[in-house]
Amino acid sequence: MTNAAKTPYEKVTAKTFPKGPDALAPGHRACQGCGEVLALRLLLKALGTDMIAVSATGCMEVCTAPFPQSSWRMPWIHVAFENAAAVASGVEAAVDILRRKGRGPDRRIPVVAVAGDGGTADIGIQALSGALERGHKDFIYVCLDNEAYMNTGIQRSSETPFGASTTTSPSGAKSKGQSTWKKDMPAIAAAHGIPYVATANPAFHLDLMSKIRRAAAIEGPAYIHVYASCPTGWRIKPELAVAIGKLAVNTRIFPLYEVLDGRYVLNRRVDKPVPVADYIKQQGRFRHLKDDDIAIIQARVDEEYERIVKLADVFPVEAQEAS
Amino acid sequence: MAGKPIGLEVSLAVAEAVRLCDADVVAAYPITPQTHIVEHLSELVADGKLDAAYIPVESEQSAMSSCIGSAAAGARTFTATSSQGLALMNEMLYIAPVLRTPVVMAIVNRALSAPINIWNDHSDIMSVRDAGWVAVFAENGQESLDLTVMAFRIAEDPRVSLPVSVNIDGFTLSHFIEPVVLPEPGEVAGYLPPFRPLVKLDIAKPVSIGLLGTPESYTEARKATDDVLLASKAVVSEAFADFRKHFGREYNLVETYLTEDAETILVTMGSISETAMTAVDEMRAEGVKVGVVRIRLWRPFPVEEFKAAIRPAKNLAVIDRHMVLGVPDGPVALEVKSLLYADPVRPAISNYVLGLGGRDVTRDDFKHITKRAQEPEAPGRPRFELVGVWE
Repeated sequence: MTNAAKTPYEKVTAKTFPKGPDALAPGHRACQGCGEVLALRLLLKALGTDMIAVSATGCMEVCTAPFPQSSWRMPWIHVAFENAAAVASGVEAAVDILRRKGRGPDRRIPVVAVAGDGGTADIGIQALSGALERGHKDFIYVCLDNEAYMNTGIQRSSETPFGASTTTSPSGAKSKGQSTWKKDMPAIAAAHGIPYVATANPAFHLDLMSKIRRAAAIEGPAYIHVYASCPTGWRIKPELAVAIGKLAVNTRIFPLYEVLDGRYVLNRRVDKPVPVADYIKQQGRFRHLKDDDIAIIQARVDEEYERIVKLADVFPVEAQEAS
Repeated sequence: MAGKPIGLEVSLAVAEAVRLCDADVVAAYPITPQTHIVEHLSELVADGKLDAAYIPVESEQSAMSSCIGSAAAGARTFTATSSQGLALMNEMLYIAPVLRTPVVMAIVNRALSAPINIWNDHSDIMSVRDAGWVAVFAENGQESLDLTVMAFRIAEDPRVSLPVSVNIDGFTLSHFIEPVVLPEPGEVAGYLPPFRPLVKLDIAKPVSIGLLGTPESYTEARKATDDVLLASKAVVSEAFADFRKHFGREYNLVETYLTEDAETILVTMGSISETAMTAVDEMRAEGVKVGVVRIRLWRPFPVEEFKAAIRPAKNLAVIDRHMVLGVPDGPVALEVKSLLYADPVRPAISNYVLGLGGRDVTRDDFKHITKRAQEPEAPGRPRFELVGVWE
């Protein structure tokens, strides 16, 4: 039995920031100011090219891999939308057995599945659950959560936040936009008893990069839920990708934490939170919300943040400040 | 060379074939009547008799997804399914050939819902016949084993690198104990070379598999797959011929039985062919000039071989185990009619759908069909019968 918290891994710091070409080549076709491709680039930069990547259909797949071009400098496969976890399971099992049979590289090779929130929390949740439950040793699943089906034109998903107007949860005379709260994917992933779950955010890039390193070091399935802003779908200015990400953490909307062998570690305490309204008012998708609506969201955000704090306090593990 | 036959359940024989081929990865989800194959494979892995990763996936959709990933990573990959499981795989079935992932799959043929029915017909495979897989149909236990071995060789041949399905009739074949000669592992190794993938997910030589096909490249990607599938016929023939050299058992793309002087030919697939041949023996004893043509290779369709096999006949009775709703013909008949339409001389073709959802197919059925096929053709009316249907 391995101990996730004690598994050594190499953190990314300003001093040890990986040099050299990006594992995700430039020239992709993501929108200007895309927070998702920024997150993806940083995650891959942290791991380098000694890995195998599996993409679900979605923005990141479409914008990086139009035949005959590809931005992926490591072996990469895309099969369909809902099955990145299952494809990665097959790749991981194959790499493992070929290593054992002496027909592949004699070292651990991380297999990283990358999908959006729709491909993870909605259509892909069954495949993901199966993969997490089966305990693949070198399996990392990254959900890049931009909170709606952006690739198909901003339709709501189960990760769309309450109050957001999307093309299938539009605000109107009888609607305040999305009527449900975000599905708690990290908790669902953690409920599978896997050794490592984390939330991350490209606005805290060293923390994000360190987390995928940690995921790769720990033996067993890992799940990383990554905040990914979307200027097109959220109707924010393209230059806000990093600023909005910082706000998401500093308002407590998107807490940064890890779950190591089931134990929560809050990476960044937010003792003096910025009001949620500061986050909401910068985004066109929330434009229709009134102060009363924002108050409801504020209450929910506080409650959720406190829940994570309590979970972290139950089993105090040395906290790690996000940088 | 030829060992002594042993009594073995056909499902177990298929699993033993996978062991003899030293498969690396099996990803499967249980479904009746495929279960005995995957149960036995799990047992072989648990007992250390097969050094493979067995991925107990949570659905058939994930089974095929995992298989595609595994084959793309360079592992010899096997799965098995039936009916609803195959239907759930549908999306991936169309992707695997274009990504050139040589997965081998046993399809233990079972009727598609609704109504839900666990028994045999060919509606599962026929609903995905255009997906781009090489597809063969087994008649008996020995063939089920042999075709599974040959399937790996065909699939992994760099000139093919396509997925292959071995179709085995559910229950009526899969659950029968039949005399089967089990080859030695060394014999199979002499026939089946190690898997050297055409392309694979290799860190030393990274490739991207599964790129977006824009309108400028989609047609060409589909054509490239079709070209390879059509060309695979020669590799299948080669694999069959070489199998005979190694194991002494002869296989052809299309098999004929008493067709030399036959006026009427029954066109069959799968295990009912044995019943058809018995019926033919009985009809021959009464002086009826009837024979059987059995299609073993269904995809790519062996056009020339099939035409040569049916050439002597005046009447062609095409038998289907699947009903195409909304069109008055089964899939095999549709195919055969389309192939022969442009020929200046062609037989009178009639179509008989039978044995749906596990309904018994008897010698009397074939005698009835033979009689019907010999009746003069009514102009302008396609001859079609849903055999034995209760009105």
